[in-house]
Amino acid sequence: MTAVLASSSIERGGLSPRAIRMIEAVIIPLGALVASAALFSVFLLFLGKSPVTFFNLIWTGGFGSAFSIQNTLQRAAPLILTGLAFAIPARIGLTLIGAEGALVLGGFSAAAIAIPLVRGGWTPWIGLPIMAIAAMLVGAFWIGLAGWLRHYRGVNETISSLLLSYIAIAIMNFFVEGALRDPASANKPSTMPIGDAYRIGPMPGTSVHWGLAAGVVLAVILWLLMSRTTFGFAARMTGGNVRAAQAQGLPVGFLVVACCAIAGACAGLAGFFEVAAIHGQANASLVAGYGFTGILVAFLARQNPLAVVPVAILFGALAAAGGLVQRRMAMPDATVLVLQGMIFVVLLVSETFYGRIPFLQPKRAGDRS
Amino acid sequence: MFTSSLTRRSLLKAGAAGAALAALPFGAARAANPIVIGAVYVGPRDDFGWNQAHATAMDILKQVPGVTVIEEEKVAETDAVTQSMESMINLDQANLILATSFGYYTPFVVEAAKKYPNVQFRHAAPLWKEGDPKNAGSYFGYLNQAHFVNGVAAGLSSKAGKIGFVAAKPIPSVLSNVNSVLLGARSVNPNATVQVIFTGEWSLPVREAEASNALIDAGCDVITCHVDGPKVVIETAEARGVKSCGHNASQAPLAPKGFITGAEYKWETIYKIYADALATGSELPNFIAGGYHNDMLRNTPYGAGATPEAIQAADAAIAGLKAKKPIYVGPLKDNTGKIVIEGTMDNYDPVLDGMGYLLEGVQGSTT
Repeated sequence: MTAVLASSSIERGGLSPRAIRMIEAVIIPLGALVASAALFSVFLLFLGKSPVTFFNLIWTGGFGSAFSIQNTLQRAAPLILTGLAFAIPARIGLTLIGAEGALVLGGFSAAAIAIPLVRGGWTPWIGLPIMAIAAMLVGAFWIGLAGWLRHYRGVNETISSLLLSYIAIAIMNFFVEGALRDPASANKPSTMPIGDAYRIGPMPGTSVHWGLAAGVVLAVILWLLMSRTTFGFAARMTGGNVRAAQAQGLPVGFLVVACCAIAGACAGLAGFFEVAAIHGQANASLVAGYGFTGILVAFLARQNPLAVVPVAILFGALAAAGGLVQRRMAMPDATVLVLQGMIFVVLLVSETFYGRIPFLQPKRAGDRS
Repeated sequence: MFTSSLTRRSLLKAGAAGAALAALPFGAARAANPIVIGAVYVGPRDDFGWNQAHATAMDILKQVPGVTVIEEEKVAETDAVTQSMESMINLDQANLILATSFGYYTPFVVEAAKKYPNVQFRHAAPLWKEGDPKNAGSYFGYLNQAHFVNGVAAGLSSKAGKIGFVAAKPIPSVLSNVNSVLLGARSVNPNATVQVIFTGEWSLPVREAEASNALIDAGCDVITCHVDGPKVVIETAEARGVKSCGHNASQAPLAPKGFITGAEYKWETIYKIYADALATGSELPNFIAGGYHNDMLRNTPYGAGATPEAIQAADAAIAGLKAKKPIYVGPLKDNTGKIVIEGTMDNYDPVLDGMGYLLEGVQGSTT
């Protein structure tokens, strides 16, 4: 990167457009974060609370100790996967907000397919991959459906994916409260527990489950896919201009459905980890809002799969510290939501700064003299 | 360790550790045995319902000298609760965790109790059993007794003799409340009926309002409920000019004209038992369950909707329950005509915990 930067600097007497884009992609979101922190401080001052204490607690609760860091990472794990589930279709120009449904249905499928596996005495080494694959396939089908409706039927994918989420939750409730209900779960209908043998433990030396590692690996793979392959190039081109892509003979329908399916698989995998690492069964607790927080994560990461990871960790830290803020500052749970909301709005505003920061603009030919 | 040389970094580390040690308030500044009780709620503290009932009790506990109360609201029934409990233990040195939502127990409370054997965990539902960690436990109140009192008061405050019940899910604890309202109402008005609508979820405000309106349109002139936050139901009833009975916490301020009474937990009774045990260093009980006979329930003070006869009869019903007078006296049929209770059941009979039916006189279906 340094070489590219240096050589183009020499050629053009300034930063290359690529370097400028990279600098912008870092400083604009960071600036937005700082601005929203400042705004939030004003909000705190109006409430008569100390912003210093607040941000101190965010640090203590999010990163201040080994415990806090693991707390943050554990909360970040599902957000990486649901963040990816929003980011990938966004690269092809789709606004899909249905990751919640794919997560729930994926988790439910994993728990459902585990019932015969556990009963049949299958080893977890075979059973767990089957569960994970089932979760990803079902998630991929579910979001793929929204992509298919978009491309072949012209149905708005934002609306359809949101509505599909409600259908997904209803389907899970239908089975969990009916045919697949564990008779022992009288007051909280759930599927049969998958049992201790099928539970995924934490990663060695930590209390963080393996979903984090899966999320990071997938983020890297998907980043490579979207930025270093012809598939990714074609997808981004379609996202830029569908008609141009069609005119070029790109298989737009395939690309749309494939990107949606990838997104659904990510969300479904998050559901698998919720079942296998956290709950040990499927029930209404799967509907925890990770799918919707993932939208925020992806937005802040500007749909870059790699950036999803640190942003998810930031949101994990906010959630982890939220409890400490409630306890130490006697502030309601909504406090952290207000901060998240401010970040989101400031971030949307900051989008207008791309290509408009004066000192970062490439010099025009006429300016050379 | 022995081979490590004295580097700048290790010196810095040692210095930091020393500073941290010096900062710890050893000695007089720190009480001999600080009691820190952490409560985790699934919803907001001021929901006029389940969470508020616990938060109110915690507010009372805050007045007890030597007790520090820490609270977190809106903690989902997922590993968020594990993280919240561990954060209370690691960062605030909590020695008792009160996990107040049903779905917190398995696997979260059980696993946290195994991980932190020196911390006590108590969970607000009758789920602890022998074999579960000894430092975990359950506490629970049989709220259906207070709903029986609601039924008595409603039966004498209603002109139509029709009581509407907005229910969340057809699970045993909800069904027992519905049936107890019916039996309470029938004890004073043999023709009373209860009509129930299940919304299917613990918190669906819009559907709760629709259900309330539908019940009022069907002729019910007293509305009560078992949902997480009864606010919407009580407000809808008040706005439509019918009377209402509450659930979980006091909703009296929401219905100045039509409120009769409400079924409330008295969690502070249990919380004080725990605080006392921690203060004296004695063992916390693993299982506390009860109702009116051991001061774990109350009915909200009567509102403007309660008639004098209703107040008299409800007071008598409370006196009866305190003396363990049974609610389920057989033979009782369900609303499909099948005999479900043969003889007289004790109010705490475990058979009742598996209730899966609506009694004759209740209009509605569990499926």
